[in-house]
Amino acid sequence: MAAVKFETAMARLEAIVGELEKSDLPLDESLKIFEEGIRLSKSCLKILEEAEHKVEVLVQDKNGKKRIHAYSSGEESDEPSA
Amino acid sequence: MSQIRAVLFRSSANRLRFALQEGLHVIVRGRLSVYEPRGEYQIVLDMMEPKGIGALQLAFEQLKERLAAEGLFDQDRKKAIPPFPRTVGVVTSLTGAAIRDILAVLRRRWPIVHIVIAPVQVQGEGAGRQIAEALTALNGLDLVDVVIVGRGGGSLEDLWSFNEEIVVRAIAASHIPVVSAVGHEIDITLADFVADLRAPTPSAAAEAVVPVLADIVERLRELRVRMEQVMLRHCASERRRADAGVLGLKDVRFRLQEAAQQTDDLMDCLCKMTQRLLRVRCEQVHELQRNLSSLNPILVIKQGLVRIPHLSKRLEGRMCVAMEHHRHRVRATLAQLNTLSPLAVLGRGYSILQTVPAGQILHRAGDVETGQELEAQLARGRLSCVVTRVLDDSPV
Repeated sequence: MAAVKFETAMARLEAIVGELEKSDLPLDESLKIFEEGIRLSKSCLKILEEAEHKVEVLVQDKNGKKRIHAYSSGEESDEPSA
Repeated sequence: MSQIRAVLFRSSANRLRFALQEGLHVIVRGRLSVYEPRGEYQIVLDMMEPKGIGALQLAFEQLKERLAAEGLFDQDRKKAIPPFPRTVGVVTSLTGAAIRDILAVLRRRWPIVHIVIAPVQVQGEGAGRQIAEALTALNGLDLVDVVIVGRGGGSLEDLWSFNEEIVVRAIAASHIPVVSAVGHEIDITLADFVADLRAPTPSAAAEAVVPVLADIVERLRELRVRMEQVMLRHCASERRRADAGVLGLKDVRFRLQEAAQQTDDLMDCLCKMTQRLLRVRCEQVHELQRNLSSLNPILVIKQGLVRIPHLSKRLEGRMCVAMEHHRHRVRATLAQLNTLSPLAVLGRGYSILQTVPAGQILHRAGDVETGQELEAQLARGRLSCVVTRVLDDSPV
């Protein structure tokens, strides 16, 4: 799931920044994780940019089959409450 | 069917904590009295309790105790709410205020969220089953990161579905983390006990499950800036170190030049000193050679040889004088000796008497006795004599 990927990336990114700020790494290793950090921050932003707002409704038809369809705010009146 | 009328006077009715409805079962207490106009007995009520609600309350307590004993409410069963959910499931009614609140908050905070609503009836007969089935259905999608289960405020009976065992068990069985949001802050249901997180209201549940997108974007930006600052600092300090190294090299080069110069100077100095020393030593050698040649033994011998004849002449002269001197002294001494010699005295007619065999020279007649053998030494020859008589012992 995208959420897990994003969460992992964020956690790794935070860890990298912490590691860099401890500043006891040699320059070449710093550069290595810095590049990884930049890649991660870009991919995190990309995930956020590409995710879209979507509201759907999970319904079960008369045969017990589940399906998902887009939600419209007018729907509530159609939906039987029992 | 026997019945009795009961009356509740307005003063007592105002004290009731619930509204009276037709069909409500109640437990009452009062006193019996007679309504004189009709000649009937009636009860005048002073206490009334809803019988049904009391039973629900009892059922709630009993179920809670049983499920708690099973460990369904244990803290260590609680799943963590994912910090950045992509998809949020919502189990609630499409007609309530709850869904509007939830959608509004989710959209405002995390506008990229994907929401899947599983519409259910949240009160009345069959609501509990619908809620449980919706949870199972959302779990079956393999899409949803977190689920909000709830409804808006209502009476205890309105909220009752969320106390049903089937709902509690469905929440417990969900592998997706569940946030409960039932009624208002003060309403507590068994769904709240079993949920991974209890939110006081549906809006609060929506706030609890998603971050604010702007915050996250800002956080990403901040992390990036911090990384870049660290790297800039790091590069700058490396640069400074490298510059210091180059400076150090320059310094070394300068010092090398200096040392080379010094070495040259010292070498020069050493050469000059050596040459001077050599010159001095050469002169010394020449001097010594001159000295040595002046001390040539052949020369010395030649010079000595020249002196020998002169010296031998002087030696001879000296020797003649010395010899003459000594000869003279010997002759004088002999003459002297001659005058003192007893032999000279004997020559003048004296003799020397000596005892025999002692050889003692006699000075007094009294020193010998008659019969003593004596030897007399004359100027020429000796005589053996015997004392016949001692005449006198007086001096001459």
